This record gives sequence, structure tokens and C-alpha cells, in this order.
Amino acid sequence: MPANRFNGLTDYGIGIGLRAPHYEHILSRKPVVDWFEIISENFMIDGGRPLHVLDQILEQYKVVQHGVSMYFGSAEKPNREHLRRLKELVKRTNTPWLSDHLCWGSVDGRYTHDLLPMPYTFEAARLTAQKVREVRDFLEIPIAVENVSSYAEYHVSEMTEWEFLNEVVEQADCGILLDVNNIYVSAQNHGFNPFTYVNRISAARVTQIHIAGHSKFKKYILDTHDHPVLDPVWKLYERAIQRTGHTATLLEWDDSIPSFEEVHREALKANRFLADTALAVAV
Amino acid sequence: MTLVSLQRAIARAVMQPLTSSERMRRSAPDGSSMSAYTARFIKPNDRLTSLERLEIYNRQYWFRLLSSMVEDFPGLRAVVGSKRFDAMCTAYLSEYPSRSFTLRNLGTGLEGWLRKHPHWLRGSRLLALDMLRLEWADVEAFDGQAKAAFRAEDLEGIAGPELTLGIQPYVRLLKLHYPVDDLLLAVKTREDEGISFASNAVLDRRKHFEVQAVARQKPARVFLAVHRLDFSVYFRRISHEEYVLLSSLRNGKSVQRSIESAFHKSAVPPADRALSVQHSFQTWATLGWFCQPDEKLRAIKNK
Repeated sequence: MPANRFNGLTDYGIGIGLRAPHYEHILSRKPVVDWFEIISENFMIDGGRPLHVLDQILEQYKVVQHGVSMYFGSAEKPNREHLRRLKELVKRTNTPWLSDHLCWGSVDGRYTHDLLPMPYTFEAARLTAQKVREVRDFLEIPIAVENVSSYAEYHVSEMTEWEFLNEVVEQADCGILLDVNNIYVSAQNHGFNPFTYVNRISAARVTQIHIAGHSKFKKYILDTHDHPVLDPVWKLYERAIQRTGHTATLLEWDDSIPSFEEVHREALKANRFLADTALAVAV
Repeated sequence: MTLVSLQRAIARAVMQPLTSSERMRRSAPDGSSMSAYTARFIKPNDRLTSLERLEIYNRQYWFRLLSSMVEDFPGLRAVVGSKRFDAMCTAYLSEYPSRSFTLRNLGTGLEGWLRKHPHWLRGSRLLALDMLRLEWADVEAFDGQAKAAFRAEDLEGIAGPELTLGIQPYVRLLKLHYPVDDLLLAVKTREDEGISFASNAVLDRRKHFEVQAVARQKPARVFLAVHRLDFSVYFRRISHEEYVLLSSLRNGKSVQRSIESAFHKSAVPPADRALSVQHSFQTWATLGWFCQPDEKLRAIKNK
């Protein structure tokens, strides 16, 4: 969505994920990029090169933090050390919002380091929303939760994934990081219509959109972030943008990472849809 | 079923080690069949059974964790062999699953665990433990805290018998039984060369090289400072006296007491010691290793 309380009243355009193979290119060539998304955990450290690079990036670019291990959906309390380090980083980057996944990944203090799917139950929605609120209150910035790609569904689920997402963000009063590639992957793996998902989510809460590539296997699709964005995902993105209006958009490319120019070129393809939206609004 | 009980049940299955053919085990954590166990929680679909769906997560878990261990400990892997390394890490992570939000800390407890389970290291126990300590020091030196460094001129005029100096947290001091620094650099160089040519022939040559390099290792007392300069990690060989001196300073002892400890029973002629100390201090100050001492530590240690 255009500037609102879920994105810290910003109007960011197209960004790309800040990845180590591109550090040198970015710092030496200083390409024009609207913003970078960083993986928070890579910089929640005491010192060294990653923080040195980040500080140089911060001098020239806008940065948004995206996490992979807050596990809003884990039944346990947030890890205090994690929160303390995250808050330090938030102060450093001045990120206008912070995102992490609507999933679980730890139990009894043991971490799987994976984004495990939630059971879509009312109990899970209530506990997850409560945790999102706790984290937001501690960090004092807007939070957006991202839908994950998944390969399994639970018998205990009481609603669809998009209903669960809406339930959580309404109860937590937070934003959504809508990953249209994840919607496509999950739709293929679970047999639902991805457009139904995009049409039913609370568009006014969409803070940011993720686009990415995936890999097809014989019996399922895996969210691998190692390819350009595929056409069906662009179509979902187009529909999402029609609903949300101009929204900060980010291309994720995390494996078999090509040159900076190639990644950036791929990300900028989103402009054709964002430009259409701007035109529609103007008309 | 509550959220936490479901998550415990799923985590137990996901974190259970894979079979030798990298598939999900057929017996579940509770002793029942894995098919029945997974069917209790996971819906099948028209292409995959409940077990097959959860198996995706089970495999991802182990692939992710083992590749992280390989990335952090290529030297240890070369010493114990790749198959044994994978089996050893699987046993370690089964007993001590990650308790940190970051994969960076995955190897935190490995040294302690290996000391309890030395059979994993067969005849190369000291060599393997040396390598592990070096590689963990490498991790800590890479992203350890850097305090404001004392420059050489900051030290001028403040010398006195009770002067204490801190050592930068990112500087790690090691006493080793083998020259594993040379071995690790050789393994890493070979690895980097292999990245662009990841054919079986290259991998076979690398494995052969590692076996040969490990076999050539002869015991030798080595003192090492693993440190960071311009954001790159370096291994700097130091003398026994320098190792004792730096360790003593780190422990909060005064400069005078640290120098006394360093040259206790030293073979360095007394006439040469002052110049040696002066040279060492100049080098360390130039490298930025000195910082404000930990006041609490100094107060305790000098009592």
C-alpha cells in the first residue's frame, strides 16, 4: 500500500535483497537501487565485516530488515537475546518496518532453522498475534508477517491459510508481507486457487510484496529462490498490485546468485505493473 | 491437541536423523511406524503421503544443518574424513540440537561434546581438536566485538607497575599440538580452487590432497593469535612468552605481572627480554589489539 501506518509512512519502490556476492559491486559502483532488504540475523553480531559493510550501505541506501528466525508461530515466548540484538540492529538501520515469517521453527528452546507451516487453528492465531504484539511493543516499529511456502498441511486446521493470515493480522493489528511466489508454491502443493488467496487477504495491510523463483519437482514445488520469477507468479503479482496499489516490492534471489545487474534487471520487471497502477490511480 | 504439543510432535520427527540413503526413518520417535505417526498430524494429498510430505522438512533440516557444519569446519572434515564428519555431526546435533536463533552458533558445543565422545576422532584426537579450536576461533575472530583500540601513542607516558591493558575480544589465543594453521589454509585454498570446477575428478583430487596433507602432519607446539585486520581474519604465530603475556593481560593481570609470568623459566636470555617485550607491544599496538581492560576482571584478578 502507499504510505500508511503499516509501512512507517513510506513509499518505497523496488528493492533487492542485500547479498554478500554483491557487496563489492554495490560499494564500488554505487548502483541506483531504491532500497535493500537485509536478513536481520546476518547482522545481529558483535562486529566485523558484515556490520562494516552494512554501515557503508546505510550511508547511501534505504534498508529494510527481514528476519528468518523470530518464529511468531512458535508456542514459546520470544528469545530475549534475539530481541535484544534485533533492537540494537533496528536502531542501527532505522528500518521503517520489520518483517518475519508467519510460521514456527522452535520448540522448548530447540531450533529447526526452518520455516515450518502453522496449523490454521484459532488457538494458533491468538497465540501468534499475541507474540507479534509483544515483539512490536519491544521493538517499537511496525511489524509485517510473511506468508510462507509449505509442503504439508495439518488435520487440525480449522480454516484456510488466507483466513488464518487475516485472523492473525487483525488480532495483532500488523501488516502483511505478501509473498506471491510462496502463494503460488503452496497453491500447487495443496491444490487451491492462488488468486482466491490474493483476492481474500486484507489488502489495506499489505506492507510489502516478495517475488522470487522456485523449482518444480515431480510431485511438488520447492521455494528455492534460485531462478528468475516465473510467469504465473508475475500474474499473481499483477493481481496483488491491482488490489493493494503501489507497494514496496522486493525480489529474493538467495541461491545460485547471478551478477548484481541480472538480479536488479529481474527485480525492475515489476515496474511494468507498478507503472500501470500509477497510471490507473492518475486516471 | 494444543499448539505446543503439535509442535513438539512435529519437531521430534523433523529432527530425527535420516537413513543412510538420506530418507526419513521408517520408525517414529515414539516407536510406532513413521507412516502411522505422520498420518496422525499431516494430511496426505493426491501426490504425496503424510510421511512423504513431512519427509521434505526432515531432509531440509539435516541438509541445512550439515551444510552449515561443513562450511564452518572444512579443516575438521579433512582431518576426520567427510563420511565420518557427517555421521559425527549428526550424532552431535541429535544430542545437542541448536539452541540459538542463528546457525552461526551451531558449533558452539562441539568441542565439549567431542571431549565426551573421543571415539569419533579415532587416532587423530589431538590433531582434530586443535583443528576444531582453530576453526571456532576463526568464526569468533570474524565477527567478534571490537572495542576502541589503544594506539601506540596512547600507551606512552601511562606505563607503570600496575598498568593493565585489555585485549580485543576478537583476538583469540590458542596453544596447539599441531601446526593446523598451515593445514587449514591449505584445505581452504584447495576448496576455493575447486569451487569453479566442481567435477568428480576435482573432488577426488581434493579428497586425495586432504588425506595426504593430514597424513603429513607432525606434532609441533604452536602458539597462535587468531585476529582480524581490515575485516579479514589472520592466523599469527606467536612465541610461548607472547602467548603467556597476552593470556595474562586478557585475564586482567597488570603488565608487570604478565611480563614476569611470560618469562618465568623462559629460555630467552635476560638481556634480550626488554627489547623483545618492546617489539611485541609495538606490534600489538599497531595491530590494534589493546583496548580498555575489563574493570571488573582486573579488580578480581589483582586482589
